[in-house]
Amino acid sequence: MTTKPLSGAAILIKSLEDLGVDVIFGYPGGAVLPIYDEIFQQTKIRHILVRHEQAAVHAAEGYARSTGKPGVVLVTSGPGATNAITGLTDAMLDSIPVVCLTGQVPTHLIGSDAFQEADTVGISRHCTKHNYLVKDVDKLSSIVHEAFYVATNGRPGPVVIDIPKDVQIQTSDVLHSGRISHRSYKPQLKGDIENIREAVELLASAKKPIIYSGGGVINSGPAAAQLLREFVKMTGFPITSTLMGLGAVSGTDKHFLGMLGMHGTYEANNAMHKCDVMLCLGARFDDRVTGRLDAFSPHSKKIHVDIDRSSINKTVHVDLPIVGDAAHVLEDMIKVWKSGVHSADKEALADWWTQIETWRDRKCLNYTQRDDVIMPQYAVQRLYELTKDRKPYISTEVGQHQMWAAQFYMFEEPNHWLTSGGLGTMGYGLPAAIGAQVAHPDKLVIDIAGEASILMNIQEMSTAMQYGLPVKVFILNNEYMGMVRQWQDLNHEGRYSNSYTEALPDFVKLAESFGAVGIRAEMPDELDGAIMEMIASDKPVIFDCRVAKLENCYPMVPSGAGHHEMILADAEDHEEFSGGAALV
Amino acid sequence: MTMNQKIIGTKLNATALENTASHTISVIVDNEVGVLARVIGLFSGRGYNIESLTVAPDDMEGQTSRITIVTTGTPMVIEQIKAQLDRLVPVIRVGDLTLDGPSVERELALIKVAPNPEDREEARRIAEAFRAKTVDSTKGSFIFEVTGKTEKITAFATLMQELGLVEVVRTGVAALARGQDKL
Ligand SMILES: Cc1ncc(C[n+]2csc(CCOP(=O)(O)OP(=O)(O)O)c2C)c(N)n1
Ligand SMILES: [Mg+2]
Repeated sequence: MTTKPLSGAAILIKSLEDLGVDVIFGYPGGAVLPIYDEIFQQTKIRHILVRHEQAAVHAAEGYARSTGKPGVVLVTSGPGATNAITGLTDAMLDSIPVVCLTGQVPTHLIGSDAFQEADTVGISRHCTKHNYLVKDVDKLSSIVHEAFYVATNGRPGPVVIDIPKDVQIQTSDVLHSGRISHRSYKPQLKGDIENIREAVELLASAKKPIIYSGGGVINSGPAAAQLLREFVKMTGFPITSTLMGLGAVSGTDKHFLGMLGMHGTYEANNAMHKCDVMLCLGARFDDRVTGRLDAFSPHSKKIHVDIDRSSINKTVHVDLPIVGDAAHVLEDMIKVWKSGVHSADKEALADWWTQIETWRDRKCLNYTQRDDVIMPQYAVQRLYELTKDRKPYISTEVGQHQMWAAQFYMFEEPNHWLTSGGLGTMGYGLPAAIGAQVAHPDKLVIDIAGEASILMNIQEMSTAMQYGLPVKVFILNNEYMGMVRQWQDLNHEGRYSNSYTEALPDFVKLAESFGAVGIRAEMPDELDGAIMEMIASDKPVIFDCRVAKLENCYPMVPSGAGHHEMILADAEDHEEFSGGAALV
Repeated sequence: MTMNQKIIGTKLNATALENTASHTISVIVDNEVGVLARVIGLFSGRGYNIESLTVAPDDMEGQTSRITIVTTGTPMVIEQIKAQLDRLVPVIRVGDLTLDGPSVERELALIKVAPNPEDREEARRIAEAFRAKTVDSTKGSFIFEVTGKTEKITAFATLMQELGLVEVVRTGVAALARGQDKL
């Protein structure tokens, strides 16, 4: 399409508008001033000024994860771009669609070590799905469209568009509009129907089936979660989920065994270990899920559905690969299953459930309640009970609190759980909550945090205040980098090297210094009231929940162990653990 | 001699490390800036081995290039390499010439030798046996041009070693599947 000439910056904003972008998370600087000038002169796209570029990317991830739409980031060259790298890597590992626009020094200065020059395309090559350096203003618009296509199609991921300052200023009359299809990048959505038939037959003949679902089901969209629920209901099969996949099926459904993996439930891990047919949907056999590979589900036939062919047979050999989108494949599976000839082996399934119930009866998440101190698990349970009706968006930081949140907060719906799974980035939760709150201004958004993690992006309280985003930061304050301390207990004979969080700020005063609300709870009997006060507030809140300091998170499959070698809370009768190499 | 990299870290558990084999992989890519860096970066980032790599435009318009990579790995690693290459955005097609049927593989080398006067004739004789062309000749030296399979070139260079080998340059492997089909 040809129109009257526009500057590169104007073309960029126009293209973003065409693509339906309504918000950008960003931070200005010399190399993006022409773009900021365009932002100033329009009203369709909102700009949220963060306080650190890493937070801009996490906010975009929170926005993306909670809406299913791509998140958009704008940062300057050099330090702006390098600050964004952690966020991009996070989005890469968790397959979150993000488009990150970076300013670059003018074309003629590239390669001269100019002021605030960094080789952004080079640096971000390994932590993006794809990236572009725009050298010709005529190509800018089509590159922006292509970048959104790449970020959102197939397995989603972050895409960087590096735009030199002179390209932002030069004019062009070339404006791309409408849909774009990529010449070589065309992900396969429909699964091979023969393989799907075979999968259904395998599942129908299973005596001890299990469904293991992951973030791919969430990424595929709400339809995939709906179809998965239908499939579970139809078959009566037990289902477990990865950290990233929570919410695809209801956390309170009796078929749901809880999360699997390193801090997964006894029933989920044992069922994975003993199953005879496994249906893996949009998960990737991550090492935190599988434990020691040669001990992972040794007797099962494995079916793996994934949109990314490279996820299949990467670490675990599978018997039946199906490349395709979760929703498309589930739809076909349901069709084939319903076509009559297939039904589960009822008798065997009943026996299997009896077995699973004995594992469930082990009540692996039990902990010893105390009345002189708040147990962290209890804090999450109360938070869940007192907020579940409002269907909040829950984000987390990284550590024990994250695992307790995953274990004790039950999600009814997909897209309500925002956590850094693959990269495990401390400092993710607050900006992600901000991103979710921007997308859902009237919803309750809570960051379940640790006192160490929250300090990594605490400056974002200022962002929350500026835009009136009433995010709630619920800190399980154990005064330790609890997860590190737990590993030191386990692998380093309790030598707590540098894992005590000394010189902590007074979180109540800290909240107040930002103009937010600070709340503290120290005793179990004041917890409910304090939580009610938090959710009643229409302002951002930092809740300093003082919890038992030395509580460890169980069950735990130690690094290098198999699923059947779990450590349970009451350690006396935990099953044999043979030890293993520690990979923090 | 060609680009060489050690396997960095262990990719897979011990059981999957059996049966390592050499594969020649052809990759057709969009001829855009940075595409070679992406391909090479994938190999170094994920700890795959590159034994040889060649790249040049493969159409008249210069729109696409063909990269030929010789790599080694277990069947699972080779499958991973191909899948990982395939998901790079500018990659159009990936073929495994070792698996997908018979293929022709050739490499070209220029080999400079400075033999003692009494060995000059011997060097020439060996070159002839290998059907190498003499592309430069001075009083004290030759440059031979030799084409063939990797093993043939290695054999030729080894023989020349005893006759005053000075330096060798090899192009790396170029390969095509036999028959009329196109990748
Ligand atoms: C950026 C970053 N640095 C270091 C780590 C390693 N790490 C994992 S958990 C953890 C401790 C987190 O402490 P806290 O936020 O208090 O959570 P807790 O485990 O006490 O609940 C650390 C340091 C990490 N995941 N991310
Ligand atoms: Mg802590």
